[in-house]
Amino acid sequence: MKNILKISNIEKYYGNKSNITKAINNISFEVEEGEFVAIMGASGSGKTTLLNCISTIDKVTSGHIFVGDEDITTLKGNALNKFRREELGFIFQDFNLLDTLTAYENIALALTIQGKNPKEIEKRILDIAKKLNIKDVLKKYPYQMSGGQKQRVASARAIITNPKLILADEPTGALDSKSAKMLLENFEYLNKDFKATILMVTHDAFTASYASRVIFIKDGKIFNEIRKGEDSRKEFFDKIIDVVTILGGDLSDVV
Amino acid sequence: MLFKLSLKNIKKSIKDYAIYFFTLILGVAIFYVFNAIESQTVMLQVSKSTHELIKLMNTMLSGVSVFVSFILGFLIIYASRFLIKRRKKEFGIYMTLGMSKGKISKILLFETLLIGIISLIVGLGLGVILSQLMSIIVANMFEADMTKFAFTFSSSAVGKTILYFGIIYLLVMIFNTFSVSKCKLINLINANRKNEKIKVKNPVICTLIFIISVGLLGYAYYNVTALVNSLTQSKLILMIIFGCIGTFLLFWSLSGLILRIVKSIKKIYLKGLNCFVLKQIDSKVNTTVFSMTIICLMLFLTISILSSGLSLKNSMTSNLKELAPVDIELYKPLDISGNDIYGVPYSNEVIEDSKTSVKDTLDRMNFDYNKNFKDMIDFNSYATNELTVRNTLGNYLSEVENAFPALNLDTAEEIVKISDYNKVAKLYGNKTYELDDDEYMIIADFDSMIEIRNKSLSDNTNITLLGKTYSPKYSECKDGFISMSSNHINTGIILVPDDAVDESIRARNHLIANYNANDEEGRKNIENQLTSDELGDIVNTTLLEASSKISIYEASIGLSALITFIGIYLGIIFLISSAAILALKELSESSDNKERYTILRKIGVDEKMINKSLFVQIAIFFLLPLFIAIIHSIFGLMFANEILITFGNEHLLTSIIVTACILIFIYGGYFIITYLCSKNIIKS
Repeated sequence: MKNILKISNIEKYYGNKSNITKAINNISFEVEEGEFVAIMGASGSGKTTLLNCISTIDKVTSGHIFVGDEDITTLKGNALNKFRREELGFIFQDFNLLDTLTAYENIALALTIQGKNPKEIEKRILDIAKKLNIKDVLKKYPYQMSGGQKQRVASARAIITNPKLILADEPTGALDSKSAKMLLENFEYLNKDFKATILMVTHDAFTASYASRVIFIKDGKIFNEIRKGEDSRKEFFDKIIDVVTILGGDLSDVV
Repeated sequence: MLFKLSLKNIKKSIKDYAIYFFTLILGVAIFYVFNAIESQTVMLQVSKSTHELIKLMNTMLSGVSVFVSFILGFLIIYASRFLIKRRKKEFGIYMTLGMSKGKISKILLFETLLIGIISLIVGLGLGVILSQLMSIIVANMFEADMTKFAFTFSSSAVGKTILYFGIIYLLVMIFNTFSVSKCKLINLINANRKNEKIKVKNPVICTLIFIISVGLLGYAYYNVTALVNSLTQSKLILMIIFGCIGTFLLFWSLSGLILRIVKSIKKIYLKGLNCFVLKQIDSKVNTTVFSMTIICLMLFLTISILSSGLSLKNSMTSNLKELAPVDIELYKPLDISGNDIYGVPYSNEVIEDSKTSVKDTLDRMNFDYNKNFKDMIDFNSYATNELTVRNTLGNYLSEVENAFPALNLDTAEEIVKISDYNKVAKLYGNKTYELDDDEYMIIADFDSMIEIRNKSLSDNTNITLLGKTYSPKYSECKDGFISMSSNHINTGIILVPDDAVDESIRARNHLIANYNANDEEGRKNIENQLTSDELGDIVNTTLLEASSKISIYEASIGLSALITFIGIYLGIIFLISSAAILALKELSESSDNKERYTILRKIGVDEKMINKSLFVQIAIFFLLPLFIAIIHSIFGLMFANEILITFGNEHLLTSIIVTACILIFIYGGYFIITYLCSKNIIKS
């Protein structure tokens, strides 16, 4: 399988010479095309910093991040924005749909800011709406939609640009259990049916159990890594809990 | 402790307060400038009659100030309401920490007080500087001696400004306390969470309303311009109401309609952030239809008042040189009988006096005209009921009757011998004419009347005078006048050959002359002799009247200054009010929009695109009411031109340019501040 994301020896320091905080301390790993990877760790372990570096919101102190064949740590200015627009998709816990726009327009926005041709935009939206079963809500505003519909619209927006990588930061953090389950099933669907590569950051074992691989981070370093393989989700969840237990009492809320 | 908190709050939110401050300072400064005119004019070296006019102007200005303070009061309360709305969450946090509503009110009280004091100090400072500039304008207008002018500081104007704004700030405090006491904690905490419902207007109704609004406006425009001459007062009021309703409906339908149209053009709609920008504007206009209407109408008033006020002043002074070419014109009616215009019978003395000439009356006044006057021309003008306006219209009588119902057709025409007119014209520097035995001509300079008369003249309409018929020499009225005035008001004088009239129909005696003096001082002395109080009872026994160059100048300057000052005053206040409301509206929404921009950033929109979209949004929000106001103004100014035609309109273009400059400066200033503040608010 082809590598979508390759992280090699990245470090991220905060502060000045006299008082350095190593948020990320020499992390390397790779994500293959079509993988669904969860990064777990307690608050302060550096997992969000890692995600920020991958999504180019933050810059690494040293090391390299390759998305496809491109080293994104060398990108600057407009090239950076272009990269973020065209190669990455984001899914947020509170959907982040614009309340003034209809579902159609919300999805279209991801393409219009890339300067795509209107005809193509229309075709692609109808196409993805059919697949995600949101054809009926395209003309509706977010306040007229159910939570599940909003979630699917947000997903449609994230994948319509055919991003190499979909990033999600604590996607279930503020959701009730029903909505969280809905979101995660949606992720599974995107991963399986759309072959989308997903990288998700979470501190919640239940959420992580939907992934195909979980990377544990502690104090800015990779602590462990487990794969789902042929396990059922329940078995995988138990394995995650085992690692969390070894990891220490830091992860208190494992559900 | 609370005071410290207030101080910190102001420091912290100085950016939010920028527009509020800007508005307060401008308001205070302008209020001071116009109220300080009084003390500036006291110092001016001007004549007695000008002084009277200045007094009238100051009374009017202070009256207008009361009106202005009402507008500013509403504006400031409106602005503070926005600020409170923006800070609901902050108050919620105070209250969860256990602070009582009373204490929150106190914090607000301190803040209002502090802002009030600071804005008063800065505003007055600015006002004092600006009023020096105003002094130059004032002195220029009254053509006063500038050499004696010094730096002025009007303590009475300062007192008045502090009093008026003190009352306004007090009202703001009461209002703030009231709105805090009404708040519920849960609403304050959740103030930021807002679920906007998008109302989608029915496109058919939108189109229908749009057509109705355009129809209403078009009808009103047509009535005040093309049909202006048959416009009655009640109809004018109806047209104004139509205009207001039309504007409201236009704004109501416009946003939905534009959205609809642009949506159908996929190339524009699905490009960059266009659909987002469009929706933003749509929701903004949708929720502010009423304020948009008010703002548009205020801008319309601003443009109209400023343009016509400024042009009035310009055209008045330039007309004067042409319209008052000699020092004095005296005239009196001859051979009167019966009652005066109030129905009171004329006294015997007056009737006796009317049998004599102007010179005879001057003799009785012991005024030595041979010594004091030079270039004297005296002559009679004639009038007979057999030759009224009706008789000169010929075939056009019924048409004119229909088109100008207000015109009194039974007024006897003033008739002057051609040789007398030529003498006057020569002295005035106007063109002279020749007439054959059976010819007549008309001189006039009042546009509307010229239009009517030209029709009958070009139709070769004959007139009959004392049994003899005369035909017109020219097919149109010729420019000219006899009586001096500050405006073009000669509706028509019929010139006939010298032997066409006889003394049986004499109506008026005229005496036109220059003062026999070489300098301004000498001329004023002569004028004072004519108007001195020592003449006593003689003035009551004669109908002698006079218009002099000096009095026309002074009256005209005073009047134009009065109109110009009030025009500028109101215009600028209206302008500030509308710009401030727009700015506040925009800023209060920027914080709601902040979340939207955060989302845009997350999906990969870069800052350049975001700033551009913000700029476009604010620009359209500011330009939309201005654009419609400009369209209104085009017709409004056409109307003003028609009804103020006597004032002349040669300088409209200059004053429109000046108006545009003021508009760009103030409105543009608000626009830029709004853009910068909004950019700051939505910054990540």
